[in-house]
Amino acid sequence: MADRERQPAVSPEFESAAETPARRVRLGSPAGGSSLRRYQLYFLLPGLIVLLLIILFPLLFTIRVSFSSWSSSAPGLNWIAAKNYERLLADSRYWESLLRLAMLAAGTVLIEYVLGFGLALLVWREVKAKRFFRVLFLVPMMTTPVIMTVIWRTIFHESLGPANEVLALFGLPAQAWLTSSPAALIAVMVVEIWQWTPFMLLLLLAGLLSLPKEPFLAAAIDGAGPIRTFFRVTLPLMGPISVGAIIIRLIEASKIMETVYVLTSGGPGTATETSSFYIYIRGLRDFQIGYAASLSFTYLVIMIVSLTFIAKALNRAFVGRRV
Amino acid sequence: MRKPMILAVVSALVVNSCGGTTQSQPASSGTAGDISYKAYGDYAQYGSTPDVAGPCSYASIDKKDYSGRTLKIITHAVPVMGEPTVLHAKQFQDLTGAKVEVVNVPFGDLFQKIMTPLQSGQDAYDIFFNGSLWIGDLNPYEAPVPDAYLSVPAMQDVTQNYKDVATWNGKMIQYPVDGDRFYLKYRTDLFDNEEIKAKYKTDTGKDLRVPETWDEYNEIAKYFNDWDWDNDGAKNFGSAEVTKRDDLMFSAFIGRAAPYAKNPNVKGGFYFDLETMKPLINNPGFVKGLELFVDAQKAFPPGGSSFGLGDEILSFGGGQTALSYSWDDAFIQAMEKTSRIRNKVAAAPLPGATQVWNRNTNQWDTFATPNRAPYITWGWGVAVSNLSKNQDIAFDYLCFFSNEANHTLDLQIGRFGVNPFRTSDFDPKFWEEKLGWETNTAETYTKTLSGMDGAPNRVFDLRVPGVNEFMTSMATGVASAMAGEKTPQQALDDVATEWAAIVDRIGVDKVREAYRNVVALEDAQ
Repeated sequence: MADRERQPAVSPEFESAAETPARRVRLGSPAGGSSLRRYQLYFLLPGLIVLLLIILFPLLFTIRVSFSSWSSSAPGLNWIAAKNYERLLADSRYWESLLRLAMLAAGTVLIEYVLGFGLALLVWREVKAKRFFRVLFLVPMMTTPVIMTVIWRTIFHESLGPANEVLALFGLPAQAWLTSSPAALIAVMVVEIWQWTPFMLLLLLAGLLSLPKEPFLAAAIDGAGPIRTFFRVTLPLMGPISVGAIIIRLIEASKIMETVYVLTSGGPGTATETSSFYIYIRGLRDFQIGYAASLSFTYLVIMIVSLTFIAKALNRAFVGRRV
Repeated sequence: MRKPMILAVVSALVVNSCGGTTQSQPASSGTAGDISYKAYGDYAQYGSTPDVAGPCSYASIDKKDYSGRTLKIITHAVPVMGEPTVLHAKQFQDLTGAKVEVVNVPFGDLFQKIMTPLQSGQDAYDIFFNGSLWIGDLNPYEAPVPDAYLSVPAMQDVTQNYKDVATWNGKMIQYPVDGDRFYLKYRTDLFDNEEIKAKYKTDTGKDLRVPETWDEYNEIAKYFNDWDWDNDGAKNFGSAEVTKRDDLMFSAFIGRAAPYAKNPNVKGGFYFDLETMKPLINNPGFVKGLELFVDAQKAFPPGGSSFGLGDEILSFGGGQTALSYSWDDAFIQAMEKTSRIRNKVAAAPLPGATQVWNRNTNQWDTFATPNRAPYITWGWGVAVSNLSKNQDIAFDYLCFFSNEANHTLDLQIGRFGVNPFRTSDFDPKFWEEKLGWETNTAETYTKTLSGMDGAPNRVFDLRVPGVNEFMTSMATGVASAMAGEKTPQQALDDVATEWAAIVDRIGVDKVREAYRNVVALEDAQ
């Protein structure tokens, strides 16, 4: 690690090329510094403008729309102040969908992490047909989510699907997979986990492959067994990559939409309705554009705040442990 | 460049009905020949039909030259209505030289894809196919059908019911291309089976008959649930219904609740009291309808509580259930040539109710003969945008789309979703001769459908601005009762509260003005 820290940020051949006479002159005087800053600004400007256009404008427009009553019967951007936000505060269906989403996202990501880590450990070490398994495990992630959800819907079909037949093989009763509340929620989770565990596997396997060998050698010399090595060496070393993987998946999982749309349409009742699906219903089905914008913006703020706290907590749990 | 191509296309279209060999008609002759779709795909099995002379016929449209002009159409996904749109677009393009661009969109996205450009003043589409219940939202953007098209023979043949559905404030603003309604479908091999009838009598003490009320429907459906009554080795079930929350379930609920809540002696609103605009959705009539909907789940096939329209079609159309009700699709599916229950199904009016809520007296009225409330549910509407600079081509396209020859062939292709809406469609001979239906099936089908057209006490959709908001709210409430999250009364009380809020948001006068059109249809019977 120490050697790495001493390494120059730029390799020597690039260092010499970058240090031109002109550069030396401008850096040497206050006037040169100001000129450089101006040039830097000119070079950055096109990129910044594009960035503003593609990121900031839609966001600002969404905020503006959220203060309007734009709907099928009231087209255009009128001004209704914070009425949409007042309505949103009293919209229990929205808050329930957020709570449901939090549970769904936390549950699926946790299981994906555990499964993904387990599979990554399996194909990390030398096993037969390692490459085959690595590709095989990635297949679900490479399939089209909507199509796969349609397939899963058939699997969970209560009279035609094989899920209940499999249960019957083990003497278990048939389940109302898509028509009873707890089972439907489990069905949504199963599809999400099946689809996205490979993503977790991919990130964690990359992390494992980049780990230095020395700590493992040291642990082996000290006589640590596999379990002790995992908890004392592998897991702590994987802390930063674990935090990154979990956060990325939480961001993605918080947008669960197509699985719910295809599998359950948010039902039975509202048992599987997530925030994204609810916003979709309000915005695109009901065409309440103004209200949907306020729901979306509130959702964005909640996500940014909660994910920031979650990231800090995870950092403390995973990375902080090493200090 | 255009004429040689037209000659080739017309050669393909115009088939000699006697010898079966292709015989070209002069492209601009205006005379009638036989029309077949076989040059455009897998349509040979539907044969050919004469090109009936008139302003919208192949021969007449062929005389038009729209070279260098482009017609833009947005429609539903293939096949339902999307496939005939594309097919007729290709034909129209070949005949007139116009370039026709068709965009197919899934139903869930169709409304916003139509509405967004219209609201922003963009001339994105000349023609938009849409759910006819959206007329309350779309009417400001729909160009009235010109008088010249109102007098064409094919339009004259449209029943008054479907002319009314296409009309807003006295002007026809949607071009009739489809007719829809909810009706009952049942298995004749069950209801006409003497052994089963005897067994039913023994077990229940009642005669087995086509259900007259929804109570009776549930009772029969439950009796025939979960056993193999057609002896095919697989279990049968009682009833297939559209129950998936955001998959048109609101229509199923309206169909069930209508006879309990639509009292023929009470005028002035079914969904709202027109005077006060107070929602009626939580009155005892609707609650009774929902209670029976919840109860009917006991007779559903596995998974039946989340059936979308496609599931309902496959379930009844595939021979799984004894009863069903909704649009034509399941019936047509059952009558497909490869269906194992072909000619073992029949149609009947939706069940009624002997107890009907009277909101004037706040009491149940008793009817000796069950009260029927035929539900003229929404179907496919199509309109020309009033922003369009191609209104002349657009109306010609729609006129061509629904000309006699195309309509005759379209009706026979079940997946097209084109259903009867003309007087001539209700002739049982058409279905017997063209599609090989047995007399009983054809007669019950045409009698049921035509009977609804002029029936008293009809119910229509809530064709007001923001209809999707109202229907989503209703579907959510109904779904929560079906899932046991709320009692039917609680669920519909919540819907009523939400409806009142929606009316306030949109504006009471605006909703009332639109709703007046619906009430006029319902009360003028």
